[in-house]
Amino acid sequence: MSGTFVGMPAFPKAAHEAVHDATLRGNLRHATHTIRSKRAKAVAEVSDWAALREAGKRIKDHTLRHLDRYLVQLEESVTAAGGTVHWAADADEANRIVAGLVLATGESEVVKVKSMATQEIGLNEALEAEGIRAYETDLAELIVQLGKDRPSHILVPAIHRNRGEIRDIFAREMSEWGRPAPDGLTDTPAELAEAARLHLREKFLRAKVGISGANFMVAETGTLVVVESEGNGRMCLTLPETLISVVGIEKIVPTWQDLEVFLQTLPRSSTAERMNPYTSTWTGTTDEDGPRAFHLVLLDNGRTDTLADEVGRQALRCIRCSACLNVCPVYERAGGHAYGSVYPGPIGAILSPQLRGTASEIDASLPYASSLCGACYEVCPVAIDIPEVLVHLRERVAQGGPATREGNKVVLKPAKGHAAERAAMRAARWAFSHPGALRTGQRLAGRTRRFHPRTLPGPGRAWSASRDLPPVPAEPFRDWWQRTRGGKDAK
Amino acid sequence: MNSRDVILGRVRRALAETGHDDTPYDQAVERSYLREHGERGVAETVELLAENLADYRALVHRCDADGLPGVIAGLLAERGSASVVVPPGLDESWLADTDVTRVADRAETTPHELDRVDSVVTACAVAIAETGTIVLDGGPDQGRRRITLVPDHHICVVRVPDQVVSSVPQGLARLAPERPLTWISGPSATSDIELDRVEGVHGPRTLEVILVGTV
Repeated sequence: MSGTFVGMPAFPKAAHEAVHDATLRGNLRHATHTIRSKRAKAVAEVSDWAALREAGKRIKDHTLRHLDRYLVQLEESVTAAGGTVHWAADADEANRIVAGLVLATGESEVVKVKSMATQEIGLNEALEAEGIRAYETDLAELIVQLGKDRPSHILVPAIHRNRGEIRDIFAREMSEWGRPAPDGLTDTPAELAEAARLHLREKFLRAKVGISGANFMVAETGTLVVVESEGNGRMCLTLPETLISVVGIEKIVPTWQDLEVFLQTLPRSSTAERMNPYTSTWTGTTDEDGPRAFHLVLLDNGRTDTLADEVGRQALRCIRCSACLNVCPVYERAGGHAYGSVYPGPIGAILSPQLRGTASEIDASLPYASSLCGACYEVCPVAIDIPEVLVHLRERVAQGGPATREGNKVVLKPAKGHAAERAAMRAARWAFSHPGALRTGQRLAGRTRRFHPRTLPGPGRAWSASRDLPPVPAEPFRDWWQRTRGGKDAK
Repeated sequence: MNSRDVILGRVRRALAETGHDDTPYDQAVERSYLREHGERGVAETVELLAENLADYRALVHRCDADGLPGVIAGLLAERGSASVVVPPGLDESWLADTDVTRVADRAETTPHELDRVDSVVTACAVAIAETGTIVLDGGPDQGRRRITLVPDHHICVVRVPDQVVSSVPQGLARLAPERPLTWISGPSATSDIELDRVEGVHGPRTLEVILVGTV
């Protein structure tokens, strides 16, 4: 089975290894630059982009503000339409519910639509433990699954692979999972897509159980929406007899009309298209068309903890378009695996530490996986101020303080490894509130500047390993200001 | 306590410290975005639909009502189709000029049987010009969702200008949420290899759209 993210090293270590992989950097650079310019063009086509972005933000904020009400409304409307609603407080519970539903059908295999929520909870591994084989049917997810790999992008989980690598994986692995790759398979994208079509066809046609996520759930009507390109989603949503959808509780929108905003902003932000090839909507079950049984599993798994943070909760507006990944200079160089989560890139850096907490090394390091350049905020179609949340989370990691974990209020201790940072900040506070000491110190620093090292010793070494120390001026600014009477006598 | 109560309780506690807000939904969201982009006459809107369909590699044909059976027969012949799935409510005259074997859209048909059919002909519920999208809502002249999915060749008839709207907001307003909808913008495609678009994965690899009527 595909690898998992358990026990990942902190971001700086993982990124350090990734940036030395020339193939990876080349693949990422090519893909992110291709999509960047296409997205800009797709967005420029609609003159009211700013208004759509603002409306999307407000719809999501309003929904989150009244999430309890909309969840209850959604449950009622899905049930009225013939669906069954299940509630899962965490990943284990969601996995247990899904495995139970599959086993009850008597089936031992399922076909899956690409879904971030099921990746997040490790559903495939949980099903495997129950003797159920889950087939990923999205092309990129298939590449990841066959390659026993981990996803590295929200939209294109195999973005770290180039066409040659994909060819090799297909030629080597497809026979293990079903129909082998055609003989003489080349690395042209059209041939690779054809190989995936042939390989998955037999699985779609015999599938009795489909598993999906959803991009949106409409509270007033009970409608679920899946946005996709290949048609694998349609296969999984319409051919099986049983459909199980695992969806995060933040995916709700109040009304049918709200879709008019997101069905314009999501395709243009994600694949840079006016519209993605296929969008499916379904409301419960329909007689003699599609699955006879529909189960909706509503997933919390850290979302309510995120909701409890007034600054951090904006991350729950995310519609998983991945535009922020594609513009991020850090993502482009480090790649998705370094983020140690199914949610990589800027959104991952604020989502993972909130969904999972900041107790692990990787989660505590993620808020620092950014240069705070702000490109992510600029492209976000629901205006998530990612830099603001990053700084907020850095504060929480370095200083500790109140947070919510599994619904309980806790007080976090300051993280280890930030002792030098905290000491430096305390020293700075003392110096700035003692003008005499500051003056003496500045003069001393100015006079000894020829002897300053170029890197910091001791705990400061890590900081100066990738940065130049700022040069100290010969004369402190305050002295210069007094001597020249505010610059009037300046030579 | 069951998980439903646990989650709803967590949500309420998470929001408890945020000031009370009873702004009604319709005032909470300012909808200052456009109902459609640009100003176009009816003929221009149909033209835009044709352009955007073609831009995403759908094959676009135009004819009047009298010419429709001939166009459909020609497309099936050109494709070399031996069989075609027909939704129960499809206008019979549309297939009057072809003798290709008809396969009824029936609940008992297995996906494997459907996989052996060459083509499918349907009408649509609405078409959206700005995005080059046709929407099927499972109506009698469109059939079950799977018949436009499994066969590799889909011929979709759009009545112009009646079924054409400009924009996504206008399209949604015409559609019924309780029906299972399929929005189609070009043939099946993927961007999964190096983020570049390639046509032709699991859905029909050939999508032909006939715009029938005069504007």
